[in-house]
Order: sequence, then C-alpha cells, then structure tokens
Amino acid sequence: MTDTGKNKTEVIVVGGGPAGIACAVTIARAGHEVILIERGNFAGSKNVFGGAIYAQPTREVFPDFEKEAPVERLNVEHKYAILGEDDSTVISYRHKDAENPSYSVIRGKFDRWMAEQAKKEGVIVVEETVVRELLIENEKVVGVKTELEDYFADIVVLADGVNSLLAKQIGFRKTIEPKDVALSVKEVIKLDKEKINERFNLSDDEGCIYEIFGGPMLGMLGLGFIYTNKESVSIGLGIGLDELCEHNLKPYEVLDALKSHPSIAPLIKDGELLEYSAHLIPEGGYKKLPTLFGAGVMIAGDAAMLVNNLHWEGTNLAMISGKLAGETAVRALVRGDFSENMLSRYQKELENSFVMKDLKTYRNLMDEAHNRNESFMGYYLKEVNGFFNMFTTVDSIPKREKYRKFIFDFIKKRNIIELFKDAISAFKLLWSILIK
Amino acid sequence: MEYPYKMTLDDKLFTVKYRPDETSHLKPDFEQCKSCVSRVCTVICPAKVYEWEESGQKLTVNFENCLECGACRIACEKKCLEWEYPAGNKGVTFKNG
Repeated sequence: MTDTGKNKTEVIVVGGGPAGIACAVTIARAGHEVILIERGNFAGSKNVFGGAIYAQPTREVFPDFEKEAPVERLNVEHKYAILGEDDSTVISYRHKDAENPSYSVIRGKFDRWMAEQAKKEGVIVVEETVVRELLIENEKVVGVKTELEDYFADIVVLADGVNSLLAKQIGFRKTIEPKDVALSVKEVIKLDKEKINERFNLSDDEGCIYEIFGGPMLGMLGLGFIYTNKESVSIGLGIGLDELCEHNLKPYEVLDALKSHPSIAPLIKDGELLEYSAHLIPEGGYKKLPTLFGAGVMIAGDAAMLVNNLHWEGTNLAMISGKLAGETAVRALVRGDFSENMLSRYQKELENSFVMKDLKTYRNLMDEAHNRNESFMGYYLKEVNGFFNMFTTVDSIPKREKYRKFIFDFIKKRNIIELFKDAISAFKLLWSILIK
Repeated sequence: MEYPYKMTLDDKLFTVKYRPDETSHLKPDFEQCKSCVSRVCTVICPAKVYEWEESGQKLTVNFENCLECGACRIACEKKCLEWEYPAGNKGVTFKNG
C-alpha cells in the first residue's frame, strides 16, 4: 500500500470550470473535504466560450448569483442570420425573459467569481497545477499525480475539459475523430457602450445574440456567433475540425471572412481587438459519450462531452452534471462506498435529468448533419436568400414568371433524388427528435 | 480605421497573454512528419504553431504561440503527436474567454 497519510482528502476535482466548481461546491456544502485543482493561473483563464450562461441552471448551483456575479448583459434578443455570399436574411426573436434569462459573461471574470464563492464555502482551490495522470490501485482510481506530488482521495471527479487526457488515460473515452469536435476561434472587440446599444438596438444592460449560418461557411458544418458584452462584442465561429481539414481552411481566415461580410462588418466597425482566442467544442453527442463513472471516479462537463450543440448549451450541462456528480460523491462518502456500483448512481441521475434526455433526443443530429451538410448548411440557406432577393426585387418582370422561375430553378439546380434524400433525412431526424 | 479587416494572425496573437514554458509541450515525431501527406496541423492550428520548412524538411513547432485548444492532437493524420498541457503556471491566459 502507498503511504496516503498526509496527502489524502475525501474528493479531488480536476478542473475549475463550471462542472468542476459546481461539483466541488456541492461536496463542500455537505461538509466534506474537497480539493479543486485548476491548471490555469485562475479559474476561467484557460476557458473560452461564446457566450452566455443560463440563469436557471446557474441558480441551481449559486442561487443568488444575479445579485453579485460579474455578468455583462441580460440577453433580450436572439437573431438567426442566414448569410449568402453578400446578402442575408435575419430572423429575430425579442423578449425580455425576466424568469429564465441568459447573460453574456466573460469566463475569466465569471469562472473566477464562481471559484471565489466555492472557496468561501470551503472548497480548497489549488491553482497553477496540472494533474498529469490518475493514480490507480486495484482497478480503483485512488488519486492524482501532479507535477509536484501525488494526492490521494476517495473519489476523483474529472472535469478537465474537452481534451480530458485523464479520461483517455483510463480508457473511458471513445476514439475522438475530427468530426467529433468543432474548433472555435473568437475575437473580443472593444466598442463603446453607446455604439453597442445603437448597433444592436439595446439599452445599457440588455444584450443580443447572433447565431450565424452560412457566409464563409456555406455548405459546411459551422456556425458563427456574436454576443454583446458591456463594452465589447464577442464574435467568433465554431466549425467542424473535419471541415477545416478537408477544405484546407485556416480558422482565423474564415473568421476574417465572416467579419468582413457586408451584414456583419458594420456591427464591429472601428472596434479594437482586445483578445483573440481558440478552443475546441465537443460535438460527438450521445454516441461519443465516454464511460461516465468507475471505481473512485466520475466524469462531468466537456470532459464527458456533454454539449447540446443545436441549442448552444454547454455550461448548463456542465454545471448540472457537476452538481449531480457532487451529490453522488456525498452519498458515497456517507456510506464509505466508492465502488463502481455506488457511483453508477451518477449516470442514473444524469439519465433522469434533461442532460442525458436532450443528448438522446439529438443523438442522430450530427450524423444527418454530416451526411447532408452541403444541402442543409449550403443549398437551402442560399435559396432562402434567393427567395427574398426574388421577392424584393422590382424589375418590371411579371411576378408569376418570377415565382415559376424560382420554383423551376429550385428543383433544377438540385436534382430530384437529392431533394428526396434531404426530405428523408429531415424526416428521420424529426422522427428521432419527436417520437423516439 | 483598418481594423478589423487587415490584422495579421501575428497581430491577433499579440493580444494574447502568454507565459511560455521552457520546453515544448507539443512533441511530434519529426520522422513521421516527413512522410505526412496533408501536414494538416500547419493549416488548422488557430495560432500557426506548426510550419513546414521545405529547405530543412522539418516541422517547426512554435509552441510559445499555442492556445492549448487541442485541435492538432485530434487532426494529426499520423497520430504521431504527443500533446500535453504546459506546466501549471505556464502557457496561455485568457482574460476574455
């Protein structure tokens, strides 16, 4: 047996993002000893997202966060912009949801705040420390090896993010291929508050989210985004790593193209780049979920690939999975049982929650999207803009002629077999989402 | 004002706060890189960490610029890249992530 005396705690959580913090604080609140290990200078310093956090799931971990946490703006408008080569169609939904809003936040501030709260509630936060591997004895995870020393624990929770080298080490991960992740690049651009309010039609604390289809990513599985912060705008995109490989694209050049699109450029004009960043997004979904628990170990958040990409949800799945892992850890500690069987409760809890239900609902989404990306992310997007181009152009050509030409072209440009395949694909997808 | 259209990647990387490690945390098997067809790492990396030197027939690794995203690890065609995190107090620090 190893001498575990001095470096032994009840739970070690690896990774100080939303999943890890939610997990650690849940355990500390129940009166147990928990160490949270973060590799960055501070929580949030290695994290990048769009992005927005969602009030309801965040309240489940920090009930009063809206009073104290550093949030940027409360989002009142969602815009869905379909970009053509040089035109665009935008659908916009505006509603000030006072009950379950989302807030734009900056992770370097928000995650840091969450970690501070966790510290106040008894979590021991160890920063600037990389866990290099998991310690295993008799097929149970018994601790972690950092650069400096070994730490032992009854339970280790892996919340070490999308690259989770630790989940890989213990063989819990499936093989991750380029199509299972999206590479996201983002620029945070400084703009005056007044300019943001004017350009996005907002008042001081209100925010707007752009979800951008097409443009430089026409025909590819990729989406652009814009979020408004207090005095900056976050603009970026996430694009399938397989698409970048296949089309030989540099991600920052795709982003440059998006930024210079005539519908986007005026929004960020005269802004000053504050920071460029990049991160991976787990996109494998339900079919690429790792093994979620084992003797002495559980996996949460991005490390477990818990992302609902259609709805741009990640931090909420991270927080809730972290919380559920924390609750399971507390039960295990009370019983002194850290077996695989005991920790299997975590998976059951996840399955009973929206986390696994939603992932299951969209289990076929990525396969269908990959199969039909040229049509769903290219052809039809162009046709939407084509329709409005036809509908709004005044050129003395009789309308019936125009309609007929549009319909004729629609079928001619895309042969009937492909249209049929698209319809089948759409039907299959809808069926799997709505029925079973 | 030129921005945001005319910034080079180097200009963009200039906005990122780094504390470089002494040694590289990215260790490709350089022998295998020689016979790699796509050298896709030189394309997809958001920080242009990898550059192929035609003259020396060698992959250079500008690990100091790494944003630690992990894309190269997954995209590497030869699966010959040993990828780990920089030391705890090293590497990139995002202030606006």
